Amino acid sequence: MTDAHEIRHEIRIATGDDIVRIRRAVRTVACAARMSLVDRTKLVTAASELARNVIGHGGGGTVRIERLISPSGVSGVRMVFEDAGPGIPDVRLALTDGWSTGQGLGLGLPGARRLVDEFDLQTVVGEGTRVTVTKWTR
Amino acid sequence: MDRVPILKAGDVLLVSIQTDLEDRTVMALREDLAERIVRTGARGVVIDITAVEIVDSFIGQMLAGIAAMSQLLDARTVVVGMRPAVAITLVELGLSLGGVQTALDLETGLRLLGAGPLDGGPSEAQDRR
Ligand SMILES: Nc1ncnc2c1ncn2[C@@H]1O[C@H](COP(=O)(O)OP(=O)(O)OP(=O)(O)O)[C@@H](O)[C@H]1O
Ligand SMILES: [Mg+2]
Repeated sequence: MTDAHEIRHEIRIATGDDIVRIRRAVRTVACAARMSLVDRTKLVTAASELARNVIGHGGGGTVRIERLISPSGVSGVRMVFEDAGPGIPDVRLALTDGWSTGQGLGLGLPGARRLVDEFDLQTVVGEGTRVTVTKWTR
Repeated sequence: MDRVPILKAGDVLLVSIQTDLEDRTVMALREDLAERIVRTGARGVVIDITAVEIVDSFIGQMLAGIAAMSQLLDARTVVVGMRPAVAITLVELGLSLGGVQTALDLETGLRLLGAGPLDGGPSEAQDRR
C-alpha cells in the first residue's frame, strides 16, 4: 500500500511536453500537501521556470518532486532540478532580475526564488546545476 | 500538436485557451493569429485565459508578443479572465506584462475594443482586401 506521505515523482526533463507533465505532477503533490490555490500556483510557476532552464540552459535533466512532512508536522513540497549542463559561472548574476545569457527576460531564477520558501542552487562549471526548492503549507 | 481555435465575431477575433499550454501551442497560436488578423482585417483580439492555471515568464512573454504583433497589424489585443492566483504569482515573478491590455471578463474586454456585447454587435466586418 502506498503511504500518502511518500508521494514522489521523478520526471525526465527534455521537451516541452515534459514541462506540462511536471506542472501537472507538482499540482498533484501540492494538492496532497493541502496547499492553498495561490501557493499551488506559485509552486507550479516556479517549477515551470526551473524546468525551462534545465532544457534551455542545462541541456536537459531530471526533477524529483516529493511531499515533505516536517518534524513539527507541517506539510510541504520539495523539488530538485538537476542537469549535467555547463553550470553557472556567476550565481549572483544569474539570480539578478533581468540578467540572461539567452533571449529570456532573466526572471526565471530570481522569480522562482521569490515564489518558494527555501531555495538552494549548487552549480559547478562544466559539471552541472542542481536547484532545490521547498514550499511549506501555510 | 493541439491548436487553439480562433473564433471571429464581428471584427474581433476570439481565442479561449482551455488547456495547460505547451510552448509549441502558444507559438503556433501567435502565427495563426497573425495570419487571421491579416486575412480578416480584424481590429481586435480577445484572449480569454479564464481556464489557464499558470502563466510563467515564457507564456507571459508570448502574450506580450501577441499584443505587440497585433498592434503592428493594426489590431488591439486584450487579455481577459486572468485568475487572481495567476495575477498574484506574476507580480511576484516580476513580470509586469506592461504592454498587455487586460480586462476582468470577456464582456469588458469586448467593450474596451468598442465591439459591444456579442449579440447586439455590428455585423460581420468586411475583409480589408
Ligand atoms: N540549469 C542551468 N544551467 C546553466 N545555466 C543556467 C541554468 N539556469 C539558469 N542559467 C543561467 O542563468 C541565467 C538566468 O536564468 P533565468 O531563468 O533567470 O533567465 P533566462 O532563463 O535567461 O530567462 P527567462 O527565464 O526569464 O526566460 C540564464 O540566462 C543562464 O545563463
Ligand atoms: Mg529561465
